[in-house]
Amino acid sequence: MNEISASLQLAASLIAAADAKLYGIVALSLRVSLSATVIACVVGMPIGAWLAVGRFAGRRVLIVLFNGMMGLPPVAVGLLIYLLLSRAGPLGTFGLLFTPTAMIIAQSVLVAPIVAALTRQVIADAWLEYREQLRSLGASRPRAAATLLWDGRFSLSTAALAGFGRAIAEVGTVMIVGGNIDGVTRVMTTTIALETSKGDLPLALALGVILISLVLAINAVAYLLRGWAARRWG
Amino acid sequence: MSSYLQLSGLDLVEGENAIVRDVTLELAARRTLILGPNGAGKSTLLRLIHGLLRPTGGTVRWPQPLRQAMVFQRPVMLRTTVFKNVIYGLKLAGVKDGERERRAAAALERVGLAHLGARPARVLSGGEQQRVALARAWALEPQVLFLDEPTASLDPASNREVERIIGEFAAAGTRILMTTHNLGQARRLADEIIYIDDGRVLEQAPAAAFFQQPRNARAAAFIREELL
Ligand SMILES: Nc1ncnc2c1ncn2[C@@H]1O[C@H](COP(=O)(O)OP(=O)(O)OP(=O)(O)O)[C@@H](O)[C@H]1O
Ligand SMILES: [Mg+2]
Repeated sequence: MNEISASLQLAASLIAAADAKLYGIVALSLRVSLSATVIACVVGMPIGAWLAVGRFAGRRVLIVLFNGMMGLPPVAVGLLIYLLLSRAGPLGTFGLLFTPTAMIIAQSVLVAPIVAALTRQVIADAWLEYREQLRSLGASRPRAAATLLWDGRFSLSTAALAGFGRAIAEVGTVMIVGGNIDGVTRVMTTTIALETSKGDLPLALALGVILISLVLAINAVAYLLRGWAARRWG
Repeated sequence: MSSYLQLSGLDLVEGENAIVRDVTLELAARRTLILGPNGAGKSTLLRLIHGLLRPTGGTVRWPQPLRQAMVFQRPVMLRTTVFKNVIYGLKLAGVKDGERERRAAAALERVGLAHLGARPARVLSGGEQQRVALARAWALEPQVLFLDEPTASLDPASNREVERIIGEFAAAGTRILMTTHNLGQARRLADEIIYIDDGRVLEQAPAAAFFQQPRNARAAAFIREELL
């Protein structure tokens, strides 16, 4: 009990003192996960919209596939990207393994299906409501998909935040493709795992507190944004 | 008057259900109102004619291609301003920038909503949204306008306002094809009545003659029922 409260006090002082090492780790986490989320949205949202309004062979199979890929185990994605980026792998010549770029790639792959599947759900619901009106006005399907993406921007921000929440909180992919190298690829989750196993609780606790606060704050922002948008835009 | 639209043997079958059966019609009147009980197939017929549904049999023939627009029972508004909702339709119609703004402003003026242009469209009242939908249609300068019970959920004042706007469309030369449940409205607006029941056209007659005495017994019963 004493040890824990002592650790908590140390953790609090680390946070309060803006410890350089601590904030370096937080900054890298944010950089990697935000970049991955942006990439996942740019790729995943158009895919999701097209799955909702498009008409093509294999659409249903793809929908099931993307829904299933929402639950991809991070370690499996990490392993896959590791194999692609390792020296002997097809992308080995770029020398990306154990760099933040590799972590961004791996988290993008992890998060894109989540964003695509959530986007498809949002756009499919809107499509039910708008379909006849948009066709009456002469919108092609790609045009309708683009219109619905814009129209659903507030609901879709939730999809983006869900993706970010997943990225910032996962350990598996960043551990495998980043290698948890001190000062280079060490992020919040991998640091927590490592420091805890070493028995160095203050740093782990400080990061844990920051991570939990971030996740809660993100959800609060998403909730407030949706409420505001519903009142403002209906 | 020569017809602007010819339907011949139009069928729509969904599984076991025949929703529209063997509809053969020539439309020529300026304002045609489609009457009939719930589930008669009125909305479905409009959708077939407008091209939102594909018939399982028969043909829809436009002797001359006409610009069409449709106003739905529940207006569908995008999450943007009233003005941009009107602009959106014009963009899809390929109207040039500049001309779009001019036409949208004129259309909102026409439906009496010029002062609401900057408001988010989806938080307007039902009657206001219906007028935005009419403005969106007006701006497209349609040669034929389809209206599916456009006043179904409106209060008397909004109802009058929407009927006035529909009258202005007709006065501007737009052909009107509209469904309604409201016999008073049909009397006020129609040049011609089409009565349908169970997917079939039972009567097509000039409005004055129809309201004096429908030839079809079920149409006569429908009118008596509504007047009670
Ligand atoms: N996609 C569909 N699949 C199966 N049945 C349908 C479909 N669309 C409509 N129907 C049925 O076809 C019939 C006609 O529907 P429609 O909406 O055209 O009637 P309506 O005359 O417009 O009725 P209301 O006055 O209630 O608006 C109804 O019995 C309806 O249940
Ligand atoms: Mg109907």
